[in-house]
Amino acid sequence: MTTYLRECSVVFRRQIRMNLRNPAWVLIGIMQPVLYLVLFGPLLKPLVASFDSGTTNAYTFLVPGLLVQLGMFGAFFAGFGLIGEWREGVVEAERVTPASRSALLVGRLMRDILQLLVQALILVGLGFAMGMRGALTGVALGILLTLLVGGACAAASNALALTTKSEDVMAPVINIVMMPILLLSGILLPMTIGAGWLQRTSDFMPFRWIVDGVRDAFVGNLDTSGVMWGTTWALVLFGLAFWWGTSVFRKENA
Amino acid sequence: MIHARGLVQTFHTGRGRNKKEVLAVNGVDLDVEEGEVVGFLGPNGAGKTTTLRMLTTLLKPTAGTATVAGYDVVSESVQVRRSIGYVSQVGSTFSGAFAGDEVVDHGMLYGMRRADAITRGRELFDQLQLDGLWKRMPKSMSGGQKRRLDIVMGLIHDPTLVFLDEPTTGLDPQARANLWEHIEGLRSRKGATVFLTTHYLDEADVLADRIIIIDKGQIVASDTSDNLKAQVSGDLVDLEVASDDQVAVARAKLGSISDAIEVEGRHVRGRVARAGRVVPGLLRDLDAAGVSLDSIEVARPTLDDVFLTLTGRSLRDADSDTTPEAPAEPGNPPYDESGSATPALEGADR
Repeated sequence: MTTYLRECSVVFRRQIRMNLRNPAWVLIGIMQPVLYLVLFGPLLKPLVASFDSGTTNAYTFLVPGLLVQLGMFGAFFAGFGLIGEWREGVVEAERVTPASRSALLVGRLMRDILQLLVQALILVGLGFAMGMRGALTGVALGILLTLLVGGACAAASNALALTTKSEDVMAPVINIVMMPILLLSGILLPMTIGAGWLQRTSDFMPFRWIVDGVRDAFVGNLDTSGVMWGTTWALVLFGLAFWWGTSVFRKENA
Repeated sequence: MIHARGLVQTFHTGRGRNKKEVLAVNGVDLDVEEGEVVGFLGPNGAGKTTTLRMLTTLLKPTAGTATVAGYDVVSESVQVRRSIGYVSQVGSTFSGAFAGDEVVDHGMLYGMRRADAITRGRELFDQLQLDGLWKRMPKSMSGGQKRRLDIVMGLIHDPTLVFLDEPTTGLDPQARANLWEHIEGLRSRKGATVFLTTHYLDEADVLADRIIIIDKGQIVASDTSDNLKAQVSGDLVDLEVASDDQVAVARAKLGSISDAIEVEGRHVRGRVARAGRVVPGLLRDLDAAGVSLDSIEVARPTLDDVFLTLTGRSLRDADSDTTPEAPAEPGNPPYDESGSATPALEGADR
């Protein structure tokens, strides 16, 4: 076990070192949610009372959605870096060492999750500065769920990267997957204001439950079914994506 | 050190109705003893890299068995990985990371302590003439420096068996000669067993104690370079006759000491056993018959002649035959096994 953790940390530190050489990416990644917060938040102010979402504060409503969106978007692009590394022979060089295959993935996920944590704290801090109100335990739980979602998406992205080995294939695949997730998760507006058929459709979207769960947590309702479902889905997605990721890293060798 | 029996690797190409099974490696048997330097020679797409990837546990054999450094490549892959060093043909370091950091991290993935990895890495940098490049990024290194850095990566944990995949592809002649010295040093300095693939004849000739030739996924020969060349019957004698009307006479004279004569314009060629002893007499005969020569050339057999004798094709032809059809191997970097598509590594070596 200590060997395993050591291997994870070697991979993690190597990745962090390269990220720190290019800190611009952390900021570029957070630009999008910040723009939503600043430019879309004010539009929600007169509407939010009519959402029946448990809060009348536009930012308490918006920030949870943006958090989940950040977790999904940022992490889905994690795999692009892996394609570059693979092309230069780095992945192969790591796979020829006795290090555990899953440590090669976990070290990278640790980087993605740390990066996401920094971005989430920036986003939440900014939200508070703009007038968001939220219970601290709830906010902490919300960030935790975000990290789980981000970890799941990063694992899936790494798996997809090593499967396709091509940015040209990966970009459209991510686009095709992202669009329905974004539209059916109630990130910017709650699904409850939609027509019945739209709500039923969104019931099948795991990310919608997670957004609802994070929203409930921010408001301070930790014992709702929303939080329960959100947590369950976040754990399930993380488990599935992690399993996929490790099996791809393990594939093709003895 | 390496014992392989009946290694097979099949890939699937195409989809649906066009789905085809490609036998990249078709029943390879190999034996390499400790301390040997073996050159694994074959045209592009012959199965060199695929065989290598099976021996280095990167690819699971479809059939067959192999033990490397005493361990089974399938059931004891971790022990195999611990014992071997692998220098792949596409590189091993990220272009935007410091060379020294990459080497130390690589050593730590082998379980080395950081301090040991740094000491060992510095030593190797000195030995491979990379001193002063510890804080250099691979993207600003020359092709030769990058290849030597890859070798440092492969040697960081002091393996007793080193696999080198096309170590000099894409390098300029000077950098190649320099790299050859370092590869020779692997055995003379460290007593390592070296298994290297190449599609360059001169490289195999210069470096290897023994040459194993693979063609279309099967081993066609395995012997020392000299013994392989001895299989080719004799040296090539090439006479350039001064005028066309003397070609027939020259042909008859050379024909008296050689079995197969080939005439092309004013060139008359034939293979002659121990040409060095026979040619003086031949020249006197030709002179006596009134044939005057513009030139005469005697060539010792090359490994290309060996390949031609064994497979009926020249190595160069075989290259152009197979490259376009070389299957894209799953899990393989994109420009695998085709020298022509390898990105040009620019910059002259120091």
